[in-house]
Amino acid sequence: MKAICFYFQIHQPFRLKHYRFFDIGNDHYYYDDFADDDIITRIAQRSYLPANEMLLDMIRENGKKFKVAFSISGTALEQLEQYVPEFIDSMKELAATGCVEFLSETYAHSLSSIYDPDEFVAQVKAHDEKIFQLFGQRPKVFRNTELIYDDDIASMVYAMGFKAAITADAKHVLGWRSPNFLYSSASAPKLKLLLKNGKLSDDISFRFSNPEWASYPLTADKYINWINELPKEEQLVNLFMNYDAFGELQPRESGIFEFMKALPRFAAEHDIQFWTPSEVVSKFKPVAELAVPYPMSWTDEARDTSAWLGNTLQQEAVRKLYSIGERVRLCTDRRIKQDWNYLQASDHFFYMSTKHNDDGSVHSHYSPYDSPYTAFTNYMNVLSDFMTRVEEQYPASIDNEELNSLLLTIRNQEQEIEKLHREVEMMRNNIVNDTTGDFPIDEEPAPVKEEKPAEEPVAEPEKKPAPKKKAPAKKPAAKKTATKKAPAKKTK
Amino acid sequence: MKALMFGWEFPPHILGGLGTASYGLTKGMWENGDMDITFVIPKPWGDEPKDFANIIGANNTPVAWRDVQWDYVQSRIGNVMDPQMYFDLRNHIYGDFNYMSTNDLGCIEFSGRYPENLLEEINNYSIVAGVIARTVDCDIIHSHDWLTYPAGIHAKQVTGKPLVIHVHATDFDRSRGNVNPTVFSIEKDGMNNADHIITVSNLTRRTVIEKYGISPDKVTTVHNAVEPLNEELLNLEAPPGKTSKVITFLGRITMQKGPEYFVEAAAQVLHKVNNAQFVMAGSGDMMDKMIRLAAKRDIADRFHFTGFLKGKQVYEMLAASDVYIMPSVSEPFGISPLEAMQMGVPSIISKQSGCAEILDNVIKIDYWDTNAMADAIYSIIKYPAMFNELREQGLAEVNQITWDKAGAKVINIYRNLINR
Repeated sequence: MKAICFYFQIHQPFRLKHYRFFDIGNDHYYYDDFADDDIITRIAQRSYLPANEMLLDMIRENGKKFKVAFSISGTALEQLEQYVPEFIDSMKELAATGCVEFLSETYAHSLSSIYDPDEFVAQVKAHDEKIFQLFGQRPKVFRNTELIYDDDIASMVYAMGFKAAITADAKHVLGWRSPNFLYSSASAPKLKLLLKNGKLSDDISFRFSNPEWASYPLTADKYINWINELPKEEQLVNLFMNYDAFGELQPRESGIFEFMKALPRFAAEHDIQFWTPSEVVSKFKPVAELAVPYPMSWTDEARDTSAWLGNTLQQEAVRKLYSIGERVRLCTDRRIKQDWNYLQASDHFFYMSTKHNDDGSVHSHYSPYDSPYTAFTNYMNVLSDFMTRVEEQYPASIDNEELNSLLLTIRNQEQEIEKLHREVEMMRNNIVNDTTGDFPIDEEPAPVKEEKPAEEPVAEPEKKPAPKKKAPAKKPAAKKTATKKAPAKKTK
Repeated sequence: MKALMFGWEFPPHILGGLGTASYGLTKGMWENGDMDITFVIPKPWGDEPKDFANIIGANNTPVAWRDVQWDYVQSRIGNVMDPQMYFDLRNHIYGDFNYMSTNDLGCIEFSGRYPENLLEEINNYSIVAGVIARTVDCDIIHSHDWLTYPAGIHAKQVTGKPLVIHVHATDFDRSRGNVNPTVFSIEKDGMNNADHIITVSNLTRRTVIEKYGISPDKVTTVHNAVEPLNEELLNLEAPPGKTSKVITFLGRITMQKGPEYFVEAAAQVLHKVNNAQFVMAGSGDMMDKMIRLAAKRDIADRFHFTGFLKGKQVYEMLAASDVYIMPSVSEPFGISPLEAMQMGVPSIISKQSGCAEILDNVIKIDYWDTNAMADAIYSIIKYPAMFNELREQGLAEVNQITWDKAGAKVINIYRNLINR
């Protein structure tokens, strides 16, 4: 008996528009909506939608024996909701079959796992919440951005309550070991690890339609035989790939859809089953612990983080971005929060790579820029503007420590208020129960009401789309709430 | 292998990029070993490096018989040429050129520059080439730039050896399309008679194929390279007390170099940034116009003109610079960005320059796209990571661009021609 575990990644970033240094301070809208719309619609039409159709067929035909897992970033979900809502419906239909597992990841497909643990936790929660809202599932298995993984990340992931993580099969980590087993993390031994089978995954996603490949043409029969011929003890084959492998990387006319549809039939002949990551974790036992001191990923020849952090441009941009992480989390402005998410997408840093070999051509293939230097310039201009906006909310003159203590005061006071509320509520109930018809009841609710209107003006101006109007309207509102909640802030 | 090269300039007395490139290539070929190069120039000064090429001056080559003694020759031209060479050359005079103005040694005078009577000088050079070709044994003839094509053709007719011409520029680059018919016909004649054509970039190669109608299989690109700089120049430092960022344009202020785009980009940046200064170093027929333009854009207080810089001054200027820009409208190769990179200065170059074909760690823009130029300038002076990345990667890259590699390619072309 063997098991195939399929997992597909869907991610799209919010691409930045051409943002000149003249725009810094003047224009606070950063995105190239046209390009995003164009790209996601094209990929959805050519790949995501027909592939979903294919999966539905396969699940129906095979009596729920065919199972897959998905990892969809929050930014991709937002774009799909906006531009291709029919895909969300189709995904919901898939989810309803019970044969699809959704994986957890960072909302923005970000590098926060390496740079900002607090942000990392916040984003994972935000993403899982979004998945739950849309598909009614709470993810149990974690998959980081581009399968980036190391021991530190493992500890964080385990602490968040995940039972397993998905990662890559970097040669420098695995060495002689095979990815076809379940492993566990060295830093958090209870966290199981599923490793990508690079060769068999890439056979489908990259080599399938390449006529120069020695094994061309690849048939389902041949492919299942390869899996069947693996040593007996290697029972697990993890096939992880980008979802656009179907229809986009491998065009429809290459026969990729028919290939997939034929897989279950041949698999059944050899008693090969299809499992979701959760099933794998519950049915297999880990064979060994895997220590990963330095981050690895599934990208580029090096299988490390050099695709995003390989040169000084990338390092500088990421460092600058996360230097204001703490500040942004203090902000209440919803537009700032949104931009913060979008700016974190790892893609922005991917475009800045200056690799020139085969990897370089992959980078430039996905990049909307003609050179890494333009990518950096554009991103930094946007980031400069963004940082000024954050600065306007919380001036850099207050250092983080002071801000933290203020924040703490605010939080404590919030809790205090909450506690008092409950007390008031309780006492009022007591009064209602004990002495009916007394005057204090009418006077008591007043403070409760007072709190609510104070909250509302915060949310309202944020909904206004016009950025120019918003900025001035925003500040007093934010200040009002802040001062109300935290008198300490007045001292500033 | 013995090569007979015809050139017009040779360091240290150079007027443009042609001399630097001729020198670098000759040296690079010599470094590959087994090369015996004779390099002919119109007028040697005696301080040219002689260790890797045998230099013959056209102005020391007799075309009319004079009965002179060894000692006299030694005293007259001993500093630039071995007297024995003079007598060897004298033995190969092939016609009576006494009707021409010749001096006491029977030689024609050359200015070695680009004088008014340039065409006459080119013709004389070709007459002299006949004597040299009859004297010097060679396997191949190599002509650098259009001035020496007639000489190369003549030498080919005399010796029957294959002719390679090296196109460092065409008249289409120099004139933005308004080609001088005489120059064009000399260039075209050279290309037709050549057995192979070497161009300094694919850009020039396309010009040769499309504008001169040459068969593509006869044209090969060999990109130029740079000589490593010496310690003294590399150790030059920016003047102390420099507080603002310096953005530099360095080159002839002529139509070909696109100076007006530099001024327009400067205007954009200066209206947003305070601590920046723009420098236009060089001279040329558009200089006055540029001064007026800078004044009109209201940036004259932070836009400076240095006039013509030479020798070490160039490197001092680069050492003080934070950004180097070459917005050339049409540049066959353009060696100066490579020099800026050697000095660790991030460079912005136009996509219309030949060196853009081989450089990765520079910013490439269209020469007319002043917005992109301004964006790039702003980014380099504002974001330290951008400056450092371009500086370090640029240094690493330019150090790989060496003349011996270019030399090897040329030698390979020679071999193919000789064994044909």
